[in-house]
Amino acid sequence: MNSLLKVEGLTRTFAGVVAVHSVSFDVAAGEIIGVIGPNGAGKTTLVNLITGVLRPTSGTIIFNHEDVTGQRPMQAARRGMSRTFQIVQPFPQMTVIENVMAGSLFAGAAQDMPAAEQEALECLRLVGLEHVASKSASSLGLASRKRLELAKSLASKPKLLMLDEVNAGLNSGEIDGALALIRNIAERGITILIIEHLMKVVMSLSQRLLVLHHGELIADGDPKAIIKDKRVIEAYLGPKFAARAEGYANAQ
Amino acid sequence: MKFRSLAILILWALALLSVSLLQNNYAMRTATMIAMFSTLAYSWNFIGGLAGYPSFSTAAFFGLGCYVGALGQVHGLSIPSAWFLAVIVVGAFSAAIGGILLRLRGHYFAVGSIAIVELCRLLITSIPGLTGGGSGLNVPLVRWSPDAVGLLFLVVMVTLFIMVGLVTQVVQRSRLGFGLRCINQNEDAAEMVGINTTAYKIVAYVLSAIFCGAVGAAYASWTGYIDPNEAFNSLMSIKVPVMALLGGAGTLLGPAVGSVIFILLEEVAWSNFLEWNHAIVGLVVVVLVFCLPNGLLRLNFSNILTLKPARRIWERV
Repeated sequence: MNSLLKVEGLTRTFAGVVAVHSVSFDVAAGEIIGVIGPNGAGKTTLVNLITGVLRPTSGTIIFNHEDVTGQRPMQAARRGMSRTFQIVQPFPQMTVIENVMAGSLFAGAAQDMPAAEQEALECLRLVGLEHVASKSASSLGLASRKRLELAKSLASKPKLLMLDEVNAGLNSGEIDGALALIRNIAERGITILIIEHLMKVVMSLSQRLLVLHHGELIADGDPKAIIKDKRVIEAYLGPKFAARAEGYANAQ
Repeated sequence: MKFRSLAILILWALALLSVSLLQNNYAMRTATMIAMFSTLAYSWNFIGGLAGYPSFSTAAFFGLGCYVGALGQVHGLSIPSAWFLAVIVVGAFSAAIGGILLRLRGHYFAVGSIAIVELCRLLITSIPGLTGGGSGLNVPLVRWSPDAVGLLFLVVMVTLFIMVGLVTQVVQRSRLGFGLRCINQNEDAAEMVGINTTAYKIVAYVLSAIFCGAVGAAYASWTGYIDPNEAFNSLMSIKVPVMALLGGAGTLLGPAVGSVIFILLEEVAWSNFLEWNHAIVGLVVVVLVFCLPNGLLRLNFSNILTLKPARRIWERV
């Protein structure tokens, strides 16, 4: 197995609160991995640690056989680790295509502005935004902004793409579109780590599932087995309702 | 469109130079001041307009340029080498200060950048052995006829103005300018797409400093005498950004337009209302900033005709 990302004993505390506690896992090149967990489980903190937005309190991050612990976000982007934000972060007064150009110019392969424009246009075509290329980013609706965020990440030619709730706030039609898009991206050989609350998305995409609870990794494995795992159900429902749900399942 | 603003800028510089044909000392001096303040406004535009960092350190770089240039001349350097030395020293100083100061954002950065002006003023005042302290420093005068000296410094200031205009043009179309615009709009996202935000901000800050240093050194040679209160005048740190904002920060022609209007306004106020000139200029600036939040060049003239309220940039989609 060709390991792309290897996280070992990753811990981050905020003034005594342990947000991520000794998390270790491996991501192989080409995998689609889902990360789930209740609110406050530490999913976004985990992505922030991997991309260098936060420094880990302890633990190491190996990307592509290189120790990248404590890197700057800009280094992460240039090494091929790209992420989208749960709360979208466009450059509001720039046009849609300029937003995407930033990705290809500074982290991707583009050497100059015309090359960046060409690549940006391709990424926009892929996510289906080429018709609004010259509009300002702030004029887009939420679904389009999430697609823009995705195009910006793609333009940086990532090896590992971390999607932080790209589907939150979308309606079911938009989600189907996003699902097809993410599959399309994975087929291009990009490894994907997807944080998601919507089980429809997680179950249909992920080949493997990580479950975080109170900052700890409580399960790692096959999605179908994991959603039946007692600890996972307890994490979401609490022990009392988990027992009741189990009884209900047995009775059936 | 591509070279139109550049052409306008050069025509404007030639117009300033042609003022010398009028043989009028007052007009010459005003044209020199306009070229000088335009250069300062363009300098500020790199950090304030493009990167969006509200810097008030213009007077620090200008004053330091004055003193380094003057001291160079006093210690026997030729005028060009003294000016060159001023640019080098101010550039190095701004890079060192920028590395510390640019960790702050917004209001914190603004306050920190004002403090640099005071810091420099106190430092220069506190070493009278070298700088003459509070009693100032005499700079060797250029021994030409007064008219020739006047023309020389008009040419010098206009040359600096053209240089900063060209650099602005190049930066705006380059990777650097693009990255600075990204930083201006969302610094976290800029870092996330792989922009080395620290390095970019420092480059913008140094660009904003070196032309101020050159202008300061030239100014010291021009007036022949400098003292700390004039060289490090915090009013200058406020005037220059106001000029750039008046014309339209981040645009190619804005700083030039803004400085002309501001200086002419100031001259009119000086000559007609000696006692009230500061109050009047202040009032006009307040009115202009309220009515034109994005500067004159971003004014939408059709809105004025239909009396629609001016919209701020971030509301305009």
